[in-house]
Amino acid sequence: MARVKHESRWYPLEAEESVLDGLLRQGVAVPNACRAGACQSCLMRALSGDVPEAARAGLKDTLRTQGYFLACVCRPVTGAELEVAGADALRVPARIESMSLLSPSVLRVRLTTDASFDYRAGQYVSLLRADGLARSYSLASLPREGLLELHVRLVPGGAMSGWLVREARVGDAMAVQGPAGSCFYVPGRPEQPLLLAGTGTGLAPLYGIVRDALEAGHTGPIWLFHGARTPEGLYLADELRELAARNVGFHYRPGVLTGGSRDVAEGALDVLIRAECPKPVGYRAWLCGDSDLVLSLRKKLFLSGLSLKDLHADAFLPSAPRVEAVGAR
Amino acid sequence: MSTAAQEKSVYEQIGGEPAMAAAVDVFYRKVLSDDRISHFFEDVDMERQSAKQKAFLTMVTGGPSNYTGKDMRAGHAPLVKRGLNDVHFDAVVEHLRATLEELNVPAPLVERVLAIAGGARADVLNR
Repeated sequence: MARVKHESRWYPLEAEESVLDGLLRQGVAVPNACRAGACQSCLMRALSGDVPEAARAGLKDTLRTQGYFLACVCRPVTGAELEVAGADALRVPARIESMSLLSPSVLRVRLTTDASFDYRAGQYVSLLRADGLARSYSLASLPREGLLELHVRLVPGGAMSGWLVREARVGDAMAVQGPAGSCFYVPGRPEQPLLLAGTGTGLAPLYGIVRDALEAGHTGPIWLFHGARTPEGLYLADELRELAARNVGFHYRPGVLTGGSRDVAEGALDVLIRAECPKPVGYRAWLCGDSDLVLSLRKKLFLSGLSLKDLHADAFLPSAPRVEAVGAR
Repeated sequence: MSTAAQEKSVYEQIGGEPAMAAAVDVFYRKVLSDDRISHFFEDVDMERQSAKQKAFLTMVTGGPSNYTGKDMRAGHAPLVKRGLNDVHFDAVVEHLRATLEELNVPAPLVERVLAIAGGARADVLNR
């Protein structure tokens, strides 16, 4: 049996139990969302004891050297003793600056932070409510804009999205933790064609990346494909058409599975991409949104000639329900 | 220490790590497109799968590698349970040859690499 010390109390872990599950089971509140080692909402810091390497996969070196790890995938070996603390030091207080619906199912939330918050357009953060409820969202804003912009998908029964759309008020205090993720534009090779594709709120990071690349003076063609089931699932279409009108190299291609029109293509996203970019050899690509779609698109693009090092994928994972589910998804 | 050309590994002669990085995309694409064997190479984590294949290419070209016959056996045992056999092994060797030829590796070096790969057959197939 391994055990974990948190705020001067010891908590035993069952065999194969993660630090997160063990602490939640015994009543310790730890922010968490995906519970799959991806969103980084459950970051904790080890004060003493050995953390398995798997619990530090994907963390920046600056976090690793300070002892941070992901509690949801941290399964200490039998007999191990680990003393842990929360990641409060990484949280930046934030306030809701504005909220507006971008579509019937997407809420734009803008936040101001008390301290400066460094990030790259396209990365993601954990948004924390005062009681510790956490969800992971991509940033749609650019660092120079000051405000952090999130596109929150309204999930039926969703704990965070439901609270935001029904109860939260402008001025409410929250916190953000992060940023994380490697889906962002790196200046260099300005003539390289760029391909960005996403479904639903997978548009959020892409909206940041496209504008970041354009502002960095990218000269090669930039293709943005946004997919949804129906036209109601598309949003920011006017803004993106305007952006395309102002930048000759930028092409915006919305697509839906049903209900296409003169302006919106109908069909599967990969078919739409293949029609516009039949030979993506030498492209750089970003894929964000529904995880099955992102993974299948990545494979297709790789097989059609894109190099793996030029393929950036951010598969959105739904938050996993808690043991005593609070209706989150 | 002698640095005669014939004593240099194929790995060194074709350009070391950068050559492996270029070869792995070509090789991975080939095995993933081959219906006979693609199911052995499907992995949600394509980066991890690519890293494994780069290690494989590095080993068969005589580059720095810590693989032992025991590792090969243990690593492939689950695949053998799923039906990995000579047909699949031959298909991988075929793609290895095509990859090296596509990258213009001279024929004698290709044969040396294929000989090393062929020598791993018993360990890979766990017999």
